[in-house]
Amino acid sequence: MTVWLNGVETEVRAASLDRLIEELGYGGARVATALNGDFVPKARRAAVTVREGDRLEILAPLQGG
Amino acid sequence: MTDSAVFYGTEVESRLMLGTALYPSPTVMAEAVRASGAGVVTVSLRRESAGALAGQAFWRTIRGLGARVLPNTAGCHTVKEAVTTAHMAREVFDTPWIKLEVIGEDDRLHPDLFGLVEAARILVEDGFRVFPYTTEDLVAAGRLLDAGCEALMPWGAPIGSGLGLANPEGLRAVRGHFPDVPLVLDAGIGLPSHAAQAMEMGFDAVLLNTAVAKADDPVRMARAMSGAVAAGRRGFLAGPMEPRDMAAPSTPVIGKALLS
Repeated sequence: MTVWLNGVETEVRAASLDRLIEELGYGGARVATALNGDFVPKARRAAVTVREGDRLEILAPLQGG
Repeated sequence: MTDSAVFYGTEVESRLMLGTALYPSPTVMAEAVRASGAGVVTVSLRRESAGALAGQAFWRTIRGLGARVLPNTAGCHTVKEAVTTAHMAREVFDTPWIKLEVIGEDDRLHPDLFGLVEAARILVEDGFRVFPYTTEDLVAAGRLLDAGCEALMPWGAPIGSGLGLANPEGLRAVRGHFPDVPLVLDAGIGLPSHAAQAMEMGFDAVLLNTAVAKADDPVRMARAMSGAVAAGRRGFLAGPMEPRDMAAPSTPVIGKALLS
């Protein structure tokens, strides 16, 4: 299925958010996730199903002022 | 004698807070933070590329500095965006501290004071320790405190402008109206003298970024800012004299020879 990963159309297989994180290469990384604009805590990722066309944001620490 | 600032019950030894953006390199950023002695550094959250995983390297660098992190919600224009970003930041950085920015106008990155108060109320109820990036507006300051904020971050001038304290009288009024609230002068600092001026007014700390990061020599400027903040603080504690319009001779008049 196709999802919008950080604003880019991306083909993925896994349906649960925790597996999708692994599939996309973020396994073990310090990241936070939001699905369709809503924060999904790490502990809840396994219970969240990702669907065709969903908007997934994966954010990490960066420089800030 | 220590003279720590206290924010939400946490003592912070240095009264200089430093941003981590815009430096020529991560190495210079780390050197500048060390040179500044900053006890708090600001950070943000941005999209992570699975290939580069740049954020992971950045996080290792920050952790190595030993400073407390203050994540921001920079770039957020709505309450929803800011609240969601704050939740994501709390998980990633493992801190309830959040520098809350809700921007209402892009040319001056002017805070949306209405959205700021609303977002602050939501986040305080969610257990955050909110540091709201605000203006010198006294009413907004009062509403932010009513919402549960225990610190305020009024701007000196627009972010990245380096203009210094654009409205010193207004900032003095914030200090005067809320004498017991920890106040951090945030944004607009361009020179060490600007930082010293804020501290002389009685601000509890200064947060700056661009003035150091965009200096020709960021590490040297970091030291200069550190010295300015410390000098301004000492000046405030010493109780400055009252200015007056007329001259008052400092050299004794009594005993002066009659030579004309």
